[in-house]
Amino acid sequence: MALSRQLRVDPIACDGNGLCAELFPERITLDDWGYPIVDPAPIGPNLLAHARRAVSACPLLALRLDAPDRTRA
Amino acid sequence: MRTLADVTGPTGQAASPDAPLGLPRLLPAIGGDGGATPLERHRLRYPEPPRPGRPREDFIAAVERSGLRGRGGASFPTGTKLRAVRDGRGAPVVVVNGSEGEPSSGKDKLLLTMAPHLVLDGALLAAAAVGASQVVVCVDGAATAALEGVGWALAERGGSDGLPVRLAAIPPRYVAGEESALVHWLNGGPATPTRVPPRPFRRGVDRRPTLIDNVETLAHLAQVLRFGPDWFRQLGTAEEPGSALVTLSGAVERPGIYEIPIGASLADLAGRAGGPPDGAGAVLVGGYFGSWLGADTASGASLCNSDLRRHGASLGCGAVMVLGRRACGLAETARILAWLAGQTAGQCGPCVHGLAAVARTTAALHDGHAGAGDLDRLRRWAGQIEGRGACRLPDGAVRLLRSALEVFAGDVWRHLDGGGCPAGVRSFPQRAPAAAPTQGGLPWR
Repeated sequence: MALSRQLRVDPIACDGNGLCAELFPERITLDDWGYPIVDPAPIGPNLLAHARRAVSACPLLALRLDAPDRTRA
Repeated sequence: MRTLADVTGPTGQAASPDAPLGLPRLLPAIGGDGGATPLERHRLRYPEPPRPGRPREDFIAAVERSGLRGRGGASFPTGTKLRAVRDGRGAPVVVVNGSEGEPSSGKDKLLLTMAPHLVLDGALLAAAAVGASQVVVCVDGAATAALEGVGWALAERGGSDGLPVRLAAIPPRYVAGEESALVHWLNGGPATPTRVPPRPFRRGVDRRPTLIDNVETLAHLAQVLRFGPDWFRQLGTAEEPGSALVTLSGAVERPGIYEIPIGASLADLAGRAGGPPDGAGAVLVGGYFGSWLGADTASGASLCNSDLRRHGASLGCGAVMVLGRRACGLAETARILAWLAGQTAGQCGPCVHGLAAVARTTAALHDGHAGAGDLDRLRRWAGQIEGRGACRLPDGAVRLLRSALEVFAGDVWRHLDGGGCPAGVRSFPQRAPAAAPTQGGLPWR
């Protein structure tokens, strides 16, 4: 599990640009208003490259890859 | 039955013989002549809190033993919060959260208006517990009487509390009372929620560990440290001890603020207040952020989280609204959702667009302009919106919507496809406290 990560979106920074869902549809879908719904499941090594691409494509830096056990507290 | 001899104070001494037996506990602190209890009268019963210095482990231990939980809505154990703040880095700040932006709740404003010294004592005792160096009392800027009550009480104390105690009038918006929004505003920003972490207990006002406690919680804390944790536990349930202030509104003859032992029967409370003679149609528990209970569920429900949880509800801030049998639950739900949608800080897409869509469609449903497809959309949106804001505003709206679609399922079908509102009335026989339809023009600073 050491390599697995979790995608998180900052809802305040995000403006629904939608690039992330286009680049990583396996884990990111859009709601009815075009904002990303991110699958909270850990991202295994096989998908990590796709996740990184989605993260770096966000023009507002609203998408992040965190360690999966990191709590919001 | 416990006798007075068994009741001990926080440090083991016998509780004072004037500890209130049974109910009410908080309400006697309220002056009977329509004004706030003066300091002189308050001090007859409540001695001056000690000057804050080094953190007081005995205070924290007593609050922990009392089992006191926050009364702002989250029901978090107060002792745990005190300890977390005490363990932070730097001298803590105590923030009294008197925002009470919830339109169906009035208990915090009542305490601030009529018993400000009890609340201030609670804040100072909490400050002593964690070793805080300042106290900020945040009050809804539109709550004139509450602001006056606190201002008057602070003037009466004349700065004799041993640390700076400041009154702050916060922007009168619902989400301004959310913890991160309060900290954001106290630090010079707009009163909008920010993204946690760090949580305020770790780094809040001036980057110091910050204890943010609800007004009623601090009033209870003052009594816990005055009369002892065992006294506190004489009322309420083992899991949720003590009494609670409930703001009761809607189809009752005597709406108002009632003090109940936690776990009291909802039907008894409604009965005491002169509930509708033909029985309630439904009851909204937890205020605008709460859940509807159908008539049958409500008649057997207890006002504590452990029981309400079984019905997907919670006591929240203690606001209870009774819907008359002939009133329309969808009308009330549509009205509340429209208000909640208007309370968005405009920061998170799913909240801005989602709540507006949900409110619009629920109103259309009530007006008879919606079809089965709209009902499907409402259900899908509920799933899409939940958990996707920086604060809990969208989650609260979704909880209300889901409970309405379940409890008023029969009404929903009667309203579909041009059916219109069978009740023919848009509101309670006796209305819930009115809320401004939208507060979009109000400032955030």
